[in-house]
Amino acid sequence: MHEMSIAVAVVEQVEQAAREHGAVAVEAVRLQVGELAGVVPDALDFCFSLACADTVLAGAELTVEAVPARARCAACATEWAVGMPPDLCCPRCPGVAGELLTGRELQILDVRWAEEPALARADQEG
Amino acid sequence: MCRTVDLQQAVLARNDGSARELRAALTARGTVAVNLLSSPGSGKTALLELELGLARERAVPVAALTADLATENDATRLGRSGVPVKQVLTDGLCHLEAVMLAGHLDGWLPEPTRLLFVENVGNLVCPASYDLGESLRVVLASVTEGEDKPLKYPTAFGLANLVLVTKSDLAAAVDFDEAGFRANVARVNPGVEVLLTSARTGEGVGALLDRALAVLEGAPVHQPVMGRPSAGHTHSHGQVDTHSHGPVDTHGHAPVDTHGHAPVDTHSHGLVDRH
Ligand SMILES: [Zn+2]
Repeated sequence: MHEMSIAVAVVEQVEQAAREHGAVAVEAVRLQVGELAGVVPDALDFCFSLACADTVLAGAELTVEAVPARARCAACATEWAVGMPPDLCCPRCPGVAGELLTGRELQILDVRWAEEPALARADQEG
Repeated sequence: MCRTVDLQQAVLARNDGSARELRAALTARGTVAVNLLSSPGSGKTALLELELGLARERAVPVAALTADLATENDATRLGRSGVPVKQVLTDGLCHLEAVMLAGHLDGWLPEPTRLLFVENVGNLVCPASYDLGESLRVVLASVTEGEDKPLKYPTAFGLANLVLVTKSDLAAAVDFDEAGFRANVARVNPGVEVLLTSARTGEGVGALLDRALAVLEGAPVHQPVMGRPSAGHTHSHGQVDTHSHGPVDTHGHAPVDTHGHAPVDTHSHGLVDRH
């Protein structure tokens, strides 16, 4: 399950950004995951919570923004949603996709820092 | 109270960076890496055995690195071919990453090695997302796995530079629908070549070696649409991506771009420094 490796990569990158920004805690991380990125969001969510433990991200919430895959025909410029499983053959002409416009994203969009670690937040709320 | 920071970082940026570095280092020393991906039991090791034997016959310096979750059976089998073989145990990790591969090659990859076959962990999901610095990514499926395999694993087949059908000698016995398989491959990876192979009859063994040697000579490699950088790439929220590290851009397996005329930093990698 490579979602663990991906979750660890996310955590490492956010940790580095936290050091650069002098942040002490993370409230939320927003990810963009393309339909063809080869990632299962549920598995990623599970791995993310494990990977966050004992880091500045402890207790952080993961939001996944799914990006549908779209392609453009090289011959007639038609754009279409390729679906899953994807079909990269043009629905209008005998041509095929010249490019994938979206769908391969696996990107950290943004991070929301918190004022204090999740443990302190939980204490206050409880 | 809360501050939000736009990061816009590709999650696999580190792996992709390491893969580019490794590809450049391999290119600089005249080596092409061939990444072999398939499910367990597809006949990858049997085919690789013949490939290594044939390369030896033709006096092509080859080496093979084989990754497995556990056991060293594959290396023992491949070692009989008499070419340098290294077994990598991933201890449960489902895929190889570029940094891991570079680490295993460092100090081991014999000089001269022209072709380096990397037998990835038997798995069609996880390894697909990791560029290893290969110049030829070969995805295999056996006739016994059914013709819908490319649709079930679109990322793996969609990013292949070459697709192999293995165990072709069994095609008739299992009613393998070759036309259907080719149509499914073309649907996720239009234009990619599909080669029939058999470790029993030897079909396609020479053809695969020829393809790999052509890449070594600088022949263009099929560029899958799924891995191709998109010129008009925009994010779904409508914001134009002005960053240089968009996922599509950094994740393209673009052997042609990097083969032969890559900006090679000869001091960036141990592979180059030590040999
Ligand atoms: Zn068209």
